[in-house]
Amino acid sequence: MSNLTLKDLYTKFRDPATIKALAKEIHKLADKLDEPMRVMEICGGHTHTIMKYGIKQLMPENIEFIHGPGCPVCVMPKERIDHAITLAKQPGVILTTLGDMIRVPGSKSSLAKTRADGYDIRPLHSTFDVLNIAKKNPDKKVIFFAIGFETTTPMTAALMKRAFNEGIKNIYYHINHVLTPPPMRAIMDSGEARINAFIAPSHVSVIIGAKSYQFLVDEYNTPVVVAGFEPVDVMESILMLVKQKLQNYPRVENQYKRAATWDGNVLAQQMTEEFMEIRDTFRWRGLGDIPKSALKLKDKYAQFDAEKIYANVLPNEHIDDHKLCICGKILKGLAKPTDCKVFGTACTPSSPLGSCMVSDEGACNAYYRYAR
Amino acid sequence: MADKITLAYGGGGEETNKLINELFYKHFNNDILTSAEDAAVVNANGKIAFTTDSFTVSPLFFNGGNIGKLAIAGTCNDLAMMGAKPEYISCGFMIEEGLDFETLEKIVKTMSEELSKVGAKIVCGDTKVVPAGSVDKIFINTSGIGHIKKENISAHNLKKGDVILVSRDIGKHGSVIMAHRYNVETTAQSDCKLLWDEVNALIEAGIDIKALRDATRGGLSAVLNEWANASDVGIEIEEDKVPVSDEVTGLCEIFGFEPMDLANEGAFIVAVSQNDAKKAEELLKKFNSNASIIGTVTDGNRVVLKSPWGSSRYIELPKGELLPRIC
Amino acid sequence: MCLAIPSKVLKVDENNMAEVDTLGVKRTVSLDLIQEEVKPGDYVLIHVGYAMSKIDEKFALESIEVYKQLAEAAAMEEDAISPEKLVNEDGPLLYKPKAEDE
Repeated sequence: MSNLTLKDLYTKFRDPATIKALAKEIHKLADKLDEPMRVMEICGGHTHTIMKYGIKQLMPENIEFIHGPGCPVCVMPKERIDHAITLAKQPGVILTTLGDMIRVPGSKSSLAKTRADGYDIRPLHSTFDVLNIAKKNPDKKVIFFAIGFETTTPMTAALMKRAFNEGIKNIYYHINHVLTPPPMRAIMDSGEARINAFIAPSHVSVIIGAKSYQFLVDEYNTPVVVAGFEPVDVMESILMLVKQKLQNYPRVENQYKRAATWDGNVLAQQMTEEFMEIRDTFRWRGLGDIPKSALKLKDKYAQFDAEKIYANVLPNEHIDDHKLCICGKILKGLAKPTDCKVFGTACTPSSPLGSCMVSDEGACNAYYRYAR
Repeated sequence: MADKITLAYGGGGEETNKLINELFYKHFNNDILTSAEDAAVVNANGKIAFTTDSFTVSPLFFNGGNIGKLAIAGTCNDLAMMGAKPEYISCGFMIEEGLDFETLEKIVKTMSEELSKVGAKIVCGDTKVVPAGSVDKIFINTSGIGHIKKENISAHNLKKGDVILVSRDIGKHGSVIMAHRYNVETTAQSDCKLLWDEVNALIEAGIDIKALRDATRGGLSAVLNEWANASDVGIEIEEDKVPVSDEVTGLCEIFGFEPMDLANEGAFIVAVSQNDAKKAEELLKKFNSNASIIGTVTDGNRVVLKSPWGSSRYIELPKGELLPRIC
Repeated sequence: MCLAIPSKVLKVDENNMAEVDTLGVKRTVSLDLIQEEVKPGDYVLIHVGYAMSKIDEKFALESIEVYKQLAEAAAMEEDAISPEKLVNEDGPLLYKPKAEDE
């Protein structure tokens, strides 16, 4: 009989006394830092935690958060959303995608508006549901508009595997899965952001392993802590980063040992590799083209690749964000949402102009809701 | 009676009469209704509160209630929130052809049970049957009137120093509906319930009630924002004082919702003057042990949530469609 | 994007699906991404309908114990616990697997 209850996994990691105690330690040690710590949280989930639980407010002045590009909904360029809208309008198609993707505006419309026009678009909270929809609608083409970082990619692969095993032939895939290390590299190489510590993603690390962030230590001499998603996790990770700084010994540490390991989920990695390979380049909303930063289906699955099947109808011109929008700078940590002229006025969660406002995970969206 | 409601039942002829006599009169029986005039005649004396609401919930039957219970509780609660005792209700049914008679009867029986709890009567009504696809199974509109027992309860009354209480734990009804919509099972029961008894107890005890609101769609967040706006005040809420059950927390974890944004159908928020706060809390706890003081009215014009570790954030009016946050 | 929710396994079926409980919310998820055996009573992380990993109870309990001590020490208004104690016995340090050096 375990002495761990499910509730412990929530409450103990949100415990006010622990948060206060960690804040005290952080303040005490941060006093000794000889330069400000500018820590980037890569993952949008961490941005959300930091804003929602007011962790920014608990930090001493010399610890600053820079919000990274880790929100897959936010970094999806408008032309890809236009792809989804175009696909949904093809005859006999049911378009499925995850969660709040359907709110995100493309160049002219969004999936939500397209759905209101009478097209069959279904937001899901489980990738597995695609199977059931395909089984119930054997005469329809069920297209899965697949989004997400490494956390969500294996689920798409697992869906494909099961669909093939069960002989389901009417699911097609439009793959927009992106990778976390390449944009980190792009941001570090641009040298503008002056980031000197990293909070690495919780659940991406569960899949690809903490080892994936070793390059930030080896090549940029920057401390990294793989952190859990709860406020206590983030607080403890900040403390660990401060200590690394004080010891002047940058390394990859794992605060999230209860779920993440050095090597990650090997089965999930293998399954992904079975079906997908790296694209030469992918355009990120707000960051531009980043080489080898996204995945696509392998050629042998071309007959299920919606990008290939519908190539002649899918629009491909680049569509830029609004001129006044500074999302690119925000994603690189060069500006704060509040530095933007249109923040909270012309650009709000209900009518976003730029990528950082479109999803709950985006820095602007989180600032708008929690810290205006 | 046939086992399905056909278009004929809305035709105004024999079948309609049958439906009225054998179903509605049977369950909603009272002299005013069965006098079957074109309008109900009721006695009124003094100030009357008057409200209307339509009910279109899907699913029709859920853990803890059904559309009929909502149709009575919802309208009666709107009256109660103005300090009025629910007395006379009108009821309009819009029924999709093909609805099982048995389903309709279950809904009507529930309505009758709820009415008797608060001593209100359905005194006039209307039935339409529409072609398949025009409505989703059944929509119900209820309007209600009642004499005001305590005047001047209003969202415009909040003053700095007033105390905000919630009558029970929040988000139950919204959780049940969301769980159904997203096809997960929950042990949560809708909180759908008549609230006049609680309100009446506060009035009887002479509590200085400033504002009352049942936190339906938009949940606690919506009410607090409406109040802050209407009275041009700030409101500060202590996060750890807001009662949330485990199963509501679980659902919010899964879908990334905020408990304060979820709908309630049997929870209300009340603002009282500082001196009466403790007394009001004790009274409400007799009805539900989770009732609690959750915050105070302050300067400013925003609703602020304070965490137990000293940070704070704004509570916004919920926007758009509640979509699961996959992210 | 990467919201993953700790849940408790209630049942595992022959189709490699598990019924899990998240504080009173029950759903069925796929175990297709889990290599090791999953049994009732295990805690798993769920993301978009799939279990993505088991939760290591030993490490979870260790963290909880450290936090408890930390909070108690802070409450007693003394610095009884040095920040070094936040490091687990086997250390949070991650070395590259030895095999590569040998």
